Formats: sequence, C-alpha cells, structure tokens
Amino acid sequence: MSEHLIEVRDLKQYFPVRVGFFKSIPLKAVDGVSFTINAGETLGLVGESGCGKTTVGRSLLHLYVPTGGEVYYDGQLVTERNIQGFRKNMQMVFQDPYSSLNPRMTVSDIIGEPLDIHKLCRNSKERKDRIRELMDLVGLNTEHANRYAHEFSGGQRQRIGIARALAVNPKFIVCDEPVSALDVSIQAQIINTFEDLQAKLGIAYLFIAHDIFVVRHMSQRIAVMYLGRVVETADADEICEKPMHPYTISLMSAVPVPDPKIARSSKRIPLQGDVPSPLKMPSGCAFRTRCKYATEQCALECPKLTDRGDGHMVACHNM
Amino acid sequence: MYDPNIIPKKQLLSLQLDVSKFYAASDEEKEQHVQIRESTTFFKDGITRLSKNPLAVISIVVLLLLVVVIIFAPMIVPYGYEEIIKVNGKRDRTMSNLRPLEYSELEQEAMAAGEEVFPHLFGTDNLGRDYFVRVIYGTRVSLVVGLFASLIVLIIGLLYGSIAGYVGGTVDLIMMRFVDIIYSLPDTLMVILLSVVLGEVLTPLIEGTALAKIGTNMISLFIVFGLLYWVGMARLVRGQILTIKNNDYVLAAKALGAKSGRIIRKHILPNCMSVIFISTALQVPSAIFTESFLSFIGLGVQAPMPSLGSLASSARGGLENYPYKLLFPAIAICLIVLSFNLLGDGLRDAFDPKLRR
Amino acid sequence: MKDFILDVNDLHTSFFTPAGEVRAVNGVSFKLAKGKVLGIVGESGSGKSVTAYSILRILDNPGRITQGQILFKGQDITKFSKSEMRKFRGSRISIIFQDPMTSLNPVYTVGNQLTEAIRLHTDRNRSEAWERAAEMLTLVGVNEPLKRLKQYPHELSGGMRQRVMIAMALACEPDILIADEPTTALDVTIQAQILELMQELQKKLGMSIIIITHDLGVIADMCDEIIVMYAGRVCERGTADEIFYNPCHEYTKGLLKSIPSIVGKRERLVPISGTPIDLLNMPKGCAFCERCDSAMKICLTETPEEIRMNHDHLAACWMNVAEVYKSERAGENAPAAAEVKEAEDE
Repeated sequence: MSEHLIEVRDLKQYFPVRVGFFKSIPLKAVDGVSFTINAGETLGLVGESGCGKTTVGRSLLHLYVPTGGEVYYDGQLVTERNIQGFRKNMQMVFQDPYSSLNPRMTVSDIIGEPLDIHKLCRNSKERKDRIRELMDLVGLNTEHANRYAHEFSGGQRQRIGIARALAVNPKFIVCDEPVSALDVSIQAQIINTFEDLQAKLGIAYLFIAHDIFVVRHMSQRIAVMYLGRVVETADADEICEKPMHPYTISLMSAVPVPDPKIARSSKRIPLQGDVPSPLKMPSGCAFRTRCKYATEQCALECPKLTDRGDGHMVACHNM
Repeated sequence: MYDPNIIPKKQLLSLQLDVSKFYAASDEEKEQHVQIRESTTFFKDGITRLSKNPLAVISIVVLLLLVVVIIFAPMIVPYGYEEIIKVNGKRDRTMSNLRPLEYSELEQEAMAAGEEVFPHLFGTDNLGRDYFVRVIYGTRVSLVVGLFASLIVLIIGLLYGSIAGYVGGTVDLIMMRFVDIIYSLPDTLMVILLSVVLGEVLTPLIEGTALAKIGTNMISLFIVFGLLYWVGMARLVRGQILTIKNNDYVLAAKALGAKSGRIIRKHILPNCMSVIFISTALQVPSAIFTESFLSFIGLGVQAPMPSLGSLASSARGGLENYPYKLLFPAIAICLIVLSFNLLGDGLRDAFDPKLRR
Repeated sequence: MKDFILDVNDLHTSFFTPAGEVRAVNGVSFKLAKGKVLGIVGESGSGKSVTAYSILRILDNPGRITQGQILFKGQDITKFSKSEMRKFRGSRISIIFQDPMTSLNPVYTVGNQLTEAIRLHTDRNRSEAWERAAEMLTLVGVNEPLKRLKQYPHELSGGMRQRVMIAMALACEPDILIADEPTTALDVTIQAQILELMQELQKKLGMSIIIITHDLGVIADMCDEIIVMYAGRVCERGTADEIFYNPCHEYTKGLLKSIPSIVGKRERLVPISGTPIDLLNMPKGCAFCERCDSAMKICLTETPEEIRMNHDHLAACWMNVAEVYKSERAGENAPAAAEVKEAEDE
C-alpha cells in the first residue's frame, strides 16, 4: 500500500522521426514528467497543443510503451508484462465522441466489451443487468441499449464512453479532453456526471484539458505542461490566482474571461515569438526563448521542480 | 414619457391573454413538442439507399434473371453444348450455321412428319451445335470463373493486407515492397507463359479427372489469378486498416485489455467489410473480362467447353455472313460486366460512410 | 437615427437536403453601425455561421436565402447578381474562417494568395500589389514580411497563418470584417494575440467587425453589442454588460449558469437539460421550450416576440411577459405598469 494511488516518475516518451535516409531523431513528446495522484482526487493537466499532455495520459496507461521512467499503481510498478492485470484498475475516456466508438457496434456491445474481455459476468442475464446499471449510472436511457452509436448526440456518446470505462470498476480514469468537443451546454452535463461518479465511486482522475476554467472546476491540483515538461504544479486555486512560473502567468492572463468587468480590468501579458518545434528543443529550460526573465543559466541548465511552500512546485531558476 | 418602442406590435397587455397559458408546461407536453427521427442500423440504412438507386436495382434484377436462366434453361432445351445435333440419328449437313429460329432440312422434314423440334433460338454454330445452349454454358463458365477468381483474390489479398496493415513497421515495409514487385509484372505475358509451362506439367496430372474438362488453360488462369491479381486487394485492405487503426476506438479497445486477435476481428475487419465487399463486386467483371480475353486469344477453356470469349473468337471468321454469332456472346459479356459494375458502384454509394452527409 | 452600415432584416435561410428542409436561420434581424463590433454567440446548430455565409452569399449548394433583406449602406445585396456579388465580396465585406490550416491554399505562396486578393479588387499592377501585401503583413504584425511572402503556408505557424488570413481580408480595406470563430482552432496564448490584433486594427482602420463564436470569454471584452442565437433565431441582444449581468432569456441564463465560475467558490454547474434541437423538425412556438425549466404552455404554441427590456437590451422570451403580467395582476393598471418597468430599467 502506498499513500499515492498513482505515482509517475520521470516519464519519457520519445517518437522517432525520420529525417534522412537512415537517420531518425527522437521527438520528445514527454521529457521527464513526474506527479502523484491520491485516491479519489483529481489532478488537472493543462497546456497548449504540442505540450504532450495527451501523450502523458496514453503513456501512463501503456498505450504507448514509455521510453523511460516509471509508473506505479498503488505502490506496484507497472510494466509491459503485467499491464494486462492493471487494465481493470486504470481506464481512459477519449476526446472525440465520434471516433472513440466503433460505428458497427451497438451501445450494449460497446459497454459489454470490457465485461467480455475480463469475464466479469457469469451469464448473459448478469451481463444485461450490469449494462443497464452502467447506463443508469451515466444518465443514459436504458431503452436505447440496442441502438447504434451514430444515433446519439455528442454528449450522449461521451456518456457511452464513460460507461465503457466504468464497466471494469477502475479506481483511476484518465480523462483526455473529454468535454472539448462538446457544446457549452452539454459540457456542464458531462462535468457534473464526472463529479457525481467521483463522489459515488471514489475514482481518481487525471483530467487533461485546455480550458482552464473547466480544469479548475474539476481538480484539486493542477499541473501545467510546456513542451513535454511540467513547469508548475500546485493547488487549483493557487495556480489560477497566484501563478509563479512565467509561462503560467502568461497563460492565465491570456485566457478569455466570460465576465466583462473582469475582462476589461485585467491586462494580458503577451508572449513573444512562437512555440519552438519539439524536434529542436532549446537547451536548458524549454521556455527560455519566450521568457522575459531568461538569463544565461536558463540556457545551460534545465530547471527542476522545486517546492516553494505548501506543495506549490515550480521549475524556474528565476522565480 | 411613454416610449412607443416599449410595447411591440401586438399590444400584449390588452390582448386578453389566456392566463392559463402562462402556467408551466409539463414534461410530457415538452417531450411531445419535438419529434425524434427513426433509428436505423448501418446495414438497413445502406440497403435503403441502395434500393433508391435505379441503376443498381436494375443490375440486381438483370443478374438474378441471368442466374435463373443459366440454371434452368439447359433443363428445358434438349440439346447438349457439345452435341452435334442429329435428327433421328442422321447427320445433317445443313445443320451447321443456321440462323436463329431457322430449321435444317432434315428438321423441316421431321416437323412436316409431325415431330416436335425444339427451335434453335440462336441458331447453330459451324459444327451443327445449338448456339443457344453453347452461349448459356459459356455464360456459366464465365460467371464461375469470375466468381472463383474473385474469391481467390479476396482471400489472399485480405489475409496479406490485414497482416501488413495491422502489424505495420518493418514487416509492413517488406510485405509492401513484395507487392510492388508483383504489381510491376506484366500480367498478360505471365498468363501466357504460365499457361504454356503449366500446360505441359498439368496435362498428365489431371487426365481423366473433372478438371480435364475445363482444361489446363483454365487452371493456369486460376493459378495466375492467385499469384498476381490479389495485390490490388491487398493494397486496399492495408490502406483501410491503416485508416481504421487511427481511430480512437481501436485504442480504447486496447485500453480495455483486448488482445490483437479480438481487435482485428471485432473492430477492424467489420469496419472495412463494406469497402472489401464493393471491391470484390467490381473485381468480378474484371476477372470475367480477363477470361474472355484469354479465351479470345485461344488460351481459355479447352474445347469443346465453350466460353463467351472463345465463342466470340470463333465468330470472327464468319462475321460478314453470320453476325449474330458474335452478337450473342458479346451482349452476354456486356450485360454481366455492366451489371456487376453498376452494382458495385451502387454499393459503394450506399455503404461508404464517407460519402454520406 | 444612427447610420447603419449593415441592416439585416428578417433573414431566413434553409438547406434543401434530400432528408427535408433544414431551417438554419429563422428570422434573424440586426443592425451594425459603422466602426462597431458585433458579437454573435451560439452553439453549434444555432445558425450563426450560416447567417454570415448568407450575408456574403457563400452558402453551400442546397442552401438558399428564402426570405429577408440584407441592406449594405442602403442597398439590398440579396438582389445582387453573381458578378456584382463577386466584386462586393472581399472588397466591401471580408470574412476570415475558423481553421487557418485549411483556409490557405497549400500549393501557393503566401505572397501569391495575398496579391490575388489585392489584384482582384484594385487596379494595382504586380509590383504595387506586392508592396501593398508587404504593408499588410507589417500591419498585422508578421515580422520579416518580404521573406514571409515567399513562403508556403505550411512553413508558418498557426498564429501566423491566421494573421495572413486577416491581412488577406483587410487588403482591400473592407467596411466590414466578419470573423467566423477566428480563435477556436488556436492555442490560448495565440488567441489572445489575435484578439488584441483585431481590436488594434479596428481602432486604426475604423471598420466594423462581426465576431461569430461560441466562446463567451472571447466576446466579453471585445464587443459593443452581442446577439445570442439559438436554433436560427435571436434570443437576446444587448451590450456585454446587459447580457452577462442581466440576462433576460432562459437560454442565456442557462448558458451563463453552466460555465464554471472564474473566481470564488466552486459551485455545482447547472447544465441546460436535453440536447440541441433538430433543425429538420422545427417545432411550433419557442425553439428552446423543450429544454427550458420555466417553460409555459404559451411557449409551446407561440413564437416569442422580441420585447424591449432596456433601451439597448431586447429579449425574445415569454417569461418577461409573464413577469409584467404578474405585476399587473398585483394591482397596477396596464400603462402604469409598463411605465414603471421602463423607469426601473433605466
């Protein structure tokens, strides 16, 4: 037993990219990410496109074989060999409600698949009952069990995906941008569903998203990523109100606020330049090319996450 | 100041409003307010769309009719395909090259004597065999060859393509280079060469068996198909699998703990089935045409078994005098090829999810 | 009467598909004054993009304007012929689209595409157009303009491509710029840059802008007037302050309650129940009725009219009438009630 349900240490995921006839260089999608998640709590993971947050989620579940680092579930090391055993504990909900469900399968097939794979039900009656139970749990009408996925709306399809993930009773779910593809009014329904499930079943989430407000709403702690590395980790409110890393400060100030008075009074802190290509990462701190406070040390040494008090971790030489 | 803009056109407050209308609407009332569309499965939806396509429906009808005719006609027509027709046991020199619905001299005598003579619907060929029956048998051969060859292509191509597509990486690379090599071989030349070579090898082997009737040329045709023509299907299948592999639901299945076999069976193959089906439907006419072409140049079925191509070939000589001899097999080929093509097109339009709204 | 540069009057647009008539826009009216920014907010299926495409007459084939007028400086552009419309598009009204990846042609250089727009609508020759293109790139904040002109779209980042799009749209100094979800496909930090750029350009060039988006945060700061759309109809219109702090339509209220709070305590989100409406089977009465918690019997049968809440705030919801009616029944007589309401709202 360990105090953390999920512990990730120095996770690395490199993808080889061919550049010459025989040469290939690694695309460092995830370059040394560490965090922990306790049972029943939510860690939010934010960052812009290309920062590697989706890859973190997938590598954690060994959907891509990690190039380096370790993943621990409840104190046990997860490897390629024993991952099948852990599949019942760790599941994933995907971003795109349209491509994450097999168009040739009915709802009942989709939700029933994990039950079949892991032989969780002894007979077909038990299976049917369990499928109904899961549909109720996520708010789907059980009469639609024999309909095909394409007959449902985006929000309902997402619910089917959630039901599928819940079928094996996992204690940890990676939510990879689960509401980004949905309309605002439906987003709220799905967010509430996630919260209810967490309250009822005690599931821990790694909530990956790019909408800060949604992440803040869902998470106790938030980690901010930039170019494959975590630059800041803190309590959700701390990070939104008192960010310390220059990137986080910029990010928070750039988010459009749906409140006219606040929007008018806040100042945007612009970032110069563009995101460097992950194939040609800057030496030392990856953010230094766009940072106002960059010094020589930033080019030489990659900053580590250090605790600035109360669990607020920042990876910066200057702040 | 009473601003006229405040009250809109309908003077609401003086409208004698029905107060009860402002009571809350119940949930049932709200539900009935909106209608929901009917639900359909993918298959049913496709069939419905197919049935609305007039050309596809006509093709299906034509093909069905054709099948019915070639099964039942030989039972009705009393002549064999290789039978040189004798009237009452006597050979008749005027029997050859009869026009459609013409009778030979001896037959006319027999009819005058009160005997029933089944008409020669398409006339007779130069040896005195009933042409209609020969065309029917020719169609049978062509259809069977077409279907069999397509089946071979389907099986080999499907297996090869799915392994290459699913495994990916170096295996895929090597397998596809192999495909490229085969693709670049000239197929007609190969068929001819193989027919010659295999002809010598196979003749002693199959003597006396049923296969001897079809002849070594046909067998070498099947072998060539098996060796060469599967590459198109393999490429198609591989492409489909690569596309499908990228979908999140495959990754989701992996996350659920499904093994490769299950993923291929339940997730990948069903989703490329429609494309494969369509491609096979379009492969049949191509096979038939190839067979006809080979028979035309003399590499087809062994005489006396007719094939549409060989019939057309032997009709070339007497084209000026007996044009119908070329006409009938040609029409038969056209009908079959056209129907399968239109059917394949219709299937593609009906079942291809990307083409839908 | 203010001088309105664009006056859309009771616009109806439908798509005539094999499955039936999809009524995308059902009676939308609005006026855009010179130099002002109008925001159109709605979810997918609300008809906001179709409205913009109708103005420019760039609807996909089964779509047609079935009713209504669009007056640009007094002229009805729905009556323009194809060639008149071609001269009009890009020079008087321009549009920038959502996805900068696919809006630029990958086989032509940036310079080629920019100068195409310029030469189509003005008399400049090649070198003049090239100069003008470089000017435009500087205006939108692209560094090294001459180098960029020779590059291909795939060599530029997303933010830069969007800037090129804006440059193309502004090259002929249009009176109105329509931005269809200009920042949805961009990262947050780039989004902020683009929005700032648009505000700067608007002040500099004095053009009017119509921003179409589903992101309430984007319009909160930028817009002089906001229209909220649902199922092809305007639910509510007003200034940003009015819409955010005094929403008068149940849909707007629902939207605001369903987004996570920015500051302070985390409260449970109150989602709008149900799913967006099927535009093929438009019901009678209010389109939002099925999902509305306060739906009344009248909502099922009568389409709500726009009722003036304030001198710059209108809402099309029967709830507002119900309130007035309730206050009337409380004992005040009709004209007095209206006057009191007017006085209260000002």
